[in-house]
Amino acid sequence: MKEKIADLEEKARRLRVAIVKTLHKSQSGHTGGSLSAIDMVCALYFHKMRHNPQEPTWDGRDRFVLSKGHAAPALYVTLAECGYFPSEDLMMLRRLGSHLQGHPDSKGTPGVDVCTGSLGQGLSMANGMALGFRLDGKENRVYAVLGDGELQEGQIWEAAMAASHYKSDNLCALVDANGLQIDGDVSKVMNVASIGDKFRAFGWNVIEIDGHDMGQIVQALDRAEAHKGAPTAIVAKTVKGKGVHLFENKASYHGVTPNDEELPEALRCLGCCD
Amino acid sequence: MIATRDAYGEALAELGGENDKIVALDADLSGSTKTGVFAKKFPGRFFNMGIAEANMVGTAAGLASVGKIPFLSTFAIFAAGRGWEQIRQSVAYPKANVKIVATHGGVTVGEDGGSHQSVEDIAIMRAIPNMTVIVPADGEETKGAIRAAAAYKGPVYVRLGRNKVANVFPAGHKFEIGKGCVVVPGSDLTFITTGLMTAQAVIAAEKLKAEGISARVLHIGTIKPLDKELVLQAAQETGAIVTAEEHSVVGGLGGAVAEYLAEECPTLMKRVGVYDRFGTSGKSDELLKYFGLNAETLIEEGREIVSRKK
Repeated sequence: MKEKIADLEEKARRLRVAIVKTLHKSQSGHTGGSLSAIDMVCALYFHKMRHNPQEPTWDGRDRFVLSKGHAAPALYVTLAECGYFPSEDLMMLRRLGSHLQGHPDSKGTPGVDVCTGSLGQGLSMANGMALGFRLDGKENRVYAVLGDGELQEGQIWEAAMAASHYKSDNLCALVDANGLQIDGDVSKVMNVASIGDKFRAFGWNVIEIDGHDMGQIVQALDRAEAHKGAPTAIVAKTVKGKGVHLFENKASYHGVTPNDEELPEALRCLGCCD
Repeated sequence: MIATRDAYGEALAELGGENDKIVALDADLSGSTKTGVFAKKFPGRFFNMGIAEANMVGTAAGLASVGKIPFLSTFAIFAAGRGWEQIRQSVAYPKANVKIVATHGGVTVGEDGGSHQSVEDIAIMRAIPNMTVIVPADGEETKGAIRAAAAYKGPVYVRLGRNKVANVFPAGHKFEIGKGCVVVPGSDLTFITTGLMTAQAVIAAEKLKAEGISARVLHIGTIKPLDKELVLQAAQETGAIVTAEEHSVVGGLGGAVAEYLAEECPTLMKRVGVYDRFGTSGKSDELLKYFGLNAETLIEEGREIVSRKK
């Protein structure tokens, strides 16, 4: 297990390097929220989810919904690392004609099952998928990554109510609670605390973790799968911009990309020499 | 005579027996929208989502993405209005196979008043790329439209009404998405109509005939994609168009026909509909008269436009 965790950590480090390089190249996109979510996305794709990059539409695959769609770079570098499409495609992020749209688009990118980006809508879709699987007696599970700022959207709580009402235990929401949104601290813009208590009150199984501790992420995902009778919310305390001190805990890096001056230092932070 | 929502209830329950991929969702109005008929027959495939339309739309998109054919229903004002951005992002943008069947469209909602009378839904649904917009004239066409919507792969918005409406089409009438239908032939003008206004246009055409005016009635069951061929033919052959719909004159059928003809074949035109205002409480038949949504208005407008031709 220790080795597995170390492997995942190394994978996540490489994915962070890819995020930084991709966003430096595109000069457009969301740095902070991609770096805060990447450990969870990494654990999902390289530990938890059943999926097959050689057959992106394989029936037996678990589904991933990036409800905080602006963290698309985190998803794209992960899909590229899995082999869903060539890594060179990442250099075309947000360009005209690229399948890598600013926010995830299921119509063009292999491995992307839903369109997200307008906040608050992913959890509803994820629960719809979960209900569909259960109707067919299938074992597929559904994972949705949400932002903490995103929880300000009322639709999230409509979906939370419905998932609990329908006892969608094949659904797991992961909240990337990095505490920051575009205009500043989530607690100051519109306080969503206490996230765990809110999901508990809606009837969810809640697991609170450090979203950058790979051991805790893996354990939480395993516990979520084992929990029956209710959906699980993994509330993960994270650091926006995690891994690069230049970007850490800075709301200003929500939608700002690394520039030429920052790139070498960012890569050095991530243990990358090139 | 049958309400289009009743025809929907029957058709959906029938389809449910033929295809187990069909599921239905409602937002606490299943008795009124008639998804309750399906729910009774197939309780496991029916999801009441409570009074939460945004989530209902997203849930339907999720169900569609794992292979289901979801039909979601509520009143038009809530389906198109409350759910608009969810329909745009979660349904139309990914081209999800979701069928939005909105009942209680237009002013015939009646006593509930302006808050509940959707006179903008056709316009706002029509503006969304990938969306198909259908407004059946009667029960028979509704059955065909629901069947066609289920067979079509992609988002569809079907607008139905609350009240019983006169039959326009015979039993077994075949509905095809994107195809209009000349209900009454004529050469002096064309009534291009949708929903319950088609039956009114048929009455108006008969009356005008007695006056020596030959009015064509072109029913447009699919507002989007518009049957451009039949619209162009009507413009070229009759030289005068009166559109009519139980909807705002802004952006609905009248808007669609005007946009198209302004570019392709500028033609004398008059739009009959609700003139940029909200609805109000009253009995359905009173309201139709109040807003001029009846054969009498069409007769007047028919005479007027023919006189303008000269």
